[in-house]
Amino acid sequence: MDALTSHTTRTAVSVTGLRKTYGEKVVLDGIDLTIAEGEVFALLGPNGAGKTTIVQILSTLIQPDAGTATVMGYDLRREAGAVRGVIGVTGQFSAVDDLLTGEENLLLMGRLLHLPAAVRRARASELLQRFDLVEAARVTPATYSGGMRRRLDIAMTLMGRPRLIFLDEPTTGLDPRSRQIMWQLIRDLVAEGVTILLTTQYLEEADQLADHIAMLDLGHIVAEGTPEELKRRMPGAHIRLRFADVASLDKAARELDQGTRDDQDLVLRIPNEGGIRSLRDVLARLGDDVAVEDLSIHTPDLDDVFFAVTGNAPKEKNQ
Amino acid sequence: MSALTIAAQDSATMLWREIKHSIRLLRLLIVSAILVPVVMLLLFDYILGGTIGRGLGDAARGAPYVDYLVAGILVMTVAGGCGPTAINVTMDMTGGFIDRIRTMAVSRDALLAGHVGVSVLRMLVATAAVTAVAFLVGFRPKASVADWFAVVGIVAAFSLAMAWLSAAIGLVTKSVAGANGSTLPLSFLLPFLSSTFVPADSMPAGVRWFAANQPFTAVVDSLRALLTGAPVGNTPYVALAWCAAITLVSYLWAQAAFRRGSR
Repeated sequence: MDALTSHTTRTAVSVTGLRKTYGEKVVLDGIDLTIAEGEVFALLGPNGAGKTTIVQILSTLIQPDAGTATVMGYDLRREAGAVRGVIGVTGQFSAVDDLLTGEENLLLMGRLLHLPAAVRRARASELLQRFDLVEAARVTPATYSGGMRRRLDIAMTLMGRPRLIFLDEPTTGLDPRSRQIMWQLIRDLVAEGVTILLTTQYLEEADQLADHIAMLDLGHIVAEGTPEELKRRMPGAHIRLRFADVASLDKAARELDQGTRDDQDLVLRIPNEGGIRSLRDVLARLGDDVAVEDLSIHTPDLDDVFFAVTGNAPKEKNQ
Repeated sequence: MSALTIAAQDSATMLWREIKHSIRLLRLLIVSAILVPVVMLLLFDYILGGTIGRGLGDAARGAPYVDYLVAGILVMTVAGGCGPTAINVTMDMTGGFIDRIRTMAVSRDALLAGHVGVSVLRMLVATAAVTAVAFLVGFRPKASVADWFAVVGIVAAFSLAMAWLSAAIGLVTKSVAGANGSTLPLSFLLPFLSSTFVPADSMPAGVRWFAANQPFTAVVDSLRALLTGAPVGNTPYVALAWCAAITLVSYLWAQAAFRRGSR
């Protein structure tokens, strides 16, 4: 775990040695993870990696075969009831009631959370506004778009102001605009201090939203860290220099004596493992007389990381 | 709040939800719960009743066939409520609602209490409506006030048993179509293989023993005896014992299935 955060913030979720098998199939093979309060933690992996199983265990739906876990300070096995009181769960498939209107769905959650009538009415209308569902309030979800259903689902989860929210693939199947809206909603929740455990198949989503990412493959955590840490661990970081003409490109290539050149685009790519220091070094060696049109620093994206640690591109592994 | 207060409050919430559902599906329910048994009543009384009635002999006790038939139609009406109940429960399971509330601090029994409670309510309303139609087509029971109380009690007990059984079936069925199919033996097969339309001892040897001893026959026989003023013997006790047994087994089965969740 990150030494910097573990001393200064409290732990929302702590998991050690989590294992789960269904028959012969090992779904989780010794999972350890720690989630700090107030952060977004992303479980990233292809279908069948075990993401949903982790969420099901931590949200008290199923029992692990081995391992211990605490959620907001409560022991998952011995204090499951207390855990349920502080978490909110939005599963992979929108669990909205199709025969009730949007507002009735929220009020139903309010009743089940034992909120007083006035509180649940106020909270429901606040959430309808905030999630852009006002016109859906008096209509049943049969007519909703996919994005609206998902928003209602998350609004239902928020009726009880949970301190820890599990979002299992919140944007799978959504169009790009609905995805953007969902991302903004998640960022707003984080701003309020809510802790979020998110699962996703999308590297971009984890990169955009998460403070910490655990990459999951076949029941193992294969890499963990901040998005930047994960990217930095990867080979492939480079400085990209673009020149005005071939003469400058030639001269730079001679001065630096490394990297790969692309004569078509007048671009030179120089491996950059040392961050700022090697950048300064490159610029110093180029001197003042080489005209650099454009300079950019490239870090590998999470696709590269996933490919490197699993040997598989995530989207090719649908099963 | 004590656990009991929460359980009562949550059950009331789930009852409210199921009543809303029933109101939203009212037209569908009227067709499946009332119209289908009424059609069966009319078919068997008007179309087939002449011949069947003459063939009954002593079993008819000299009354028209409709008086013999109604007890069985009431049992069929109750059993016809199994399909919608199982379907509603299956939809909650496959749609994720059950998993949702299993992650909440909601009383474990509340959801099924709501389904079963409203299911029984629907079955009782439907049997009352079908009884009213029976009166219109010439049903003339000879039951005393005490007999009527016994009739209502047995119908309610049978409804409770069928509601729990269909809730359990709904919990273990993977699809809505499957839920409907799994309850067809209850709503169609068992009524025909009982004394609903003709006495069990008039049936071929192979099914006679089964028809004579299965729970639907016990319920039909007790209701028929009470309604037609025939000697009831121990039939009400046999019927109630069957209902209690089915309720208990189904309740335990449903509890286990609910705890397992959607996996």
